[in-house]
Amino acid sequence: MSGIPHDHYEPTTPGQKWLHNRLPIVGLLYDTIMIPTPKNLNWMWIWGIVLTFCLVLQIVTGIILVMHYTPHVDLAFASVEHIMRNVNGGHFIRYLHMNGASLFFVAVYLHIFRGLYYGSYKAPREVTWIIGMLIYLMMMGTAFMGYVLPWGQMSFWGATVITGLFGAIPFIGDALQTWLLGGPAVDNATLNRFFSLHYLLPFVIAALVALHIWAFHTTGNNNPTGVEVRRTSKADAEKDTVPFWPYFVIKDLFALAVIMVVFFAVVGFMPNYLGHPDNYIEADALVTPAHIVPEWYFLPFYAILRAFTSDVWVVMFASWITGGIIDAKFFGVLAMFGAIAVMALAPWLDTSSVRSGRYRPMFKWWFWLLVIDFVVLMWAGAMPAEPPYSTISLIGSAYWFAYFLVILPLLGVIEKPEAQPATIEEDFDAHYGKAQTPAE
Amino acid sequence: MFRKTGIAALTALSLSAGGAFAAGGAGHIEDVDFSFEGPFGKFDQVQLQRGLKVYTQICAACHGLQYVPLRTLSDEGGPHLPEDQMRAYAEQFEVYDEEIDDFRPAKPTDHFPMSQLETAPDLSLMAKKRAGFHGPYGTGLAQLFKGMGGAEYIYSLMVGYEEPPECAPDDMDGSYNAAFTAGGYPEECKDEHGKPTVPGSWISMAQPLWGDDVEYDDGTEATIEQQSEDVAAFLMWTAEPKMMARKNAGLTGVIFLTVLSVLLYLTNKRIWAPIKNRRQG
Repeated sequence: MSGIPHDHYEPTTPGQKWLHNRLPIVGLLYDTIMIPTPKNLNWMWIWGIVLTFCLVLQIVTGIILVMHYTPHVDLAFASVEHIMRNVNGGHFIRYLHMNGASLFFVAVYLHIFRGLYYGSYKAPREVTWIIGMLIYLMMMGTAFMGYVLPWGQMSFWGATVITGLFGAIPFIGDALQTWLLGGPAVDNATLNRFFSLHYLLPFVIAALVALHIWAFHTTGNNNPTGVEVRRTSKADAEKDTVPFWPYFVIKDLFALAVIMVVFFAVVGFMPNYLGHPDNYIEADALVTPAHIVPEWYFLPFYAILRAFTSDVWVVMFASWITGGIIDAKFFGVLAMFGAIAVMALAPWLDTSSVRSGRYRPMFKWWFWLLVIDFVVLMWAGAMPAEPPYSTISLIGSAYWFAYFLVILPLLGVIEKPEAQPATIEEDFDAHYGKAQTPAE
Repeated sequence: MFRKTGIAALTALSLSAGGAFAAGGAGHIEDVDFSFEGPFGKFDQVQLQRGLKVYTQICAACHGLQYVPLRTLSDEGGPHLPEDQMRAYAEQFEVYDEEIDDFRPAKPTDHFPMSQLETAPDLSLMAKKRAGFHGPYGTGLAQLFKGMGGAEYIYSLMVGYEEPPECAPDDMDGSYNAAFTAGGYPEECKDEHGKPTVPGSWISMAQPLWGDDVEYDDGTEATIEQQSEDVAAFLMWTAEPKMMARKNAGLTGVIFLTVLSVLLYLTNKRIWAPIKNRRQG
């Protein structure tokens, strides 16, 4: 499976040979777990394991919650309270699930920004990147629908606002929105289909994760230098890599354990810190909350959605050129989805021949500015849509698009990269000293 | 560099996340040192029993606790009433029973009655659904470091009844409360941008606690502050009845995972030693 030369599984006993000739599953598992992995991976390469763990955690806790939850507008809120009060351990499982979503997004954002910094999206890993972006989109859909299920005020009004975005699409918007909701407004039909999809999508994500892993096991991992593993011979490859088991399995598990300490502290001691208190009020179609805000992990894109008001010149221009078909609301929707689309196109927008940001002196600055931009947008998304926050959102959105559409293409042309190490081994030895005996 | 900045970014991120919940004008919320604050905070059983008395004799006239089963009054980590007292307490409520198509005294498995008045909100989750959560300026720092939460809000609401400010006309409906921001304002108390010039607003609930409204069995003096604290603590329990179990589970998790982290750290170090072969000196 992997392009990096390494030892493969050899069945020895008759029983192993029997199975291997019929279904080489042991060989598949062996190759997956023993994949040669660049030995210089740093601590930003642990998020994949954390994400896999999050997916399993969410599925396991979710399946248990489903056993006690009732997807009906009159019963959903009370059934969640039933879980919190009467189900053995239910309160803890629900808080694990609730905060598990937050951990999931913390990890996915760090994972994505790691990829952006070290150029993990670049050839030959574009397919891994694209699948990752699809996983991210699915995660957002799943999290959004999951947030609707407790049927609190923010559930209801969040669902109303977000499905309303589809209503902004010209010509088909209203029909599409009605079709999505299963009626003219967010109601029982909406709750039921969201429940159904919230259960389904994690398994789609699991399948995409398998593809994601397959893809980067084919190309090999990227690493902090961005220099590829030598594939000229098995001996050369072994100078650059160590097998995933046990070296990275143990390293990743250690990192996961440390993150779990923090996670359990949050779940045990402040489980509602990241949530909105209004969601402990049962949904009421007649009472609109003063501020409708999505969960924290949607805020940067929510800020982009709201940034493009009708007095922004690009919006006016788009409206004029399309004869009014693109109004401010639709423009905002396009901008929000566009913000993720340009990120997905990064492999083709980045023209630099150097993969890792470590050797790109100008890129570094723009990258960290993007990280700051992301945090600023997150904060602006939580603020009311009024000056000065609307202006800040607009500047932040402009930078987001400029980074991908202008800066990445230009930097490849004007930037003079620094010298890269010839091999991963050279980089590793520069940190840890030359091995006295060949690595096992 | 990536790691350090990453941590800084995460910190900023958690702060801005707190900002998500800054809503409206902030009424005057007083910080109370409740016994249940912080990772090791516990409910004070005697205080919960006092709060139950305030709830029963004052609040229950209009408000309900529809999500709270009466039997949980005997649960550990709550008021922990002796079983017979809990049963006797339950019997004072009449509930409608579909099976006999009639009213009967409540059993431990029944819930507290619902609100008697349509305009009186249910109090089961009041301590979790009311802000005071994420100040100052939406940073969430007050919640993180002072343990400010819905219980503080309830306390502040109980003691927040004040003389109406100068700007208000005499014929305002309701009572002025410095902690309450969800109510109405007279036009006279708004500035030119339509924003209120007073911290609180007008609430339809008349002042419920005045001091000496109940007589505590343990001899505690029933000042308005004492009663307010007690009922706020009790309502924190009704909103989060499993809080102590949750903190225990969290603490157990943290301890075991810390030990696991240390073991994995040592394992990791040992495995990598021959690969890394650290430079001497």
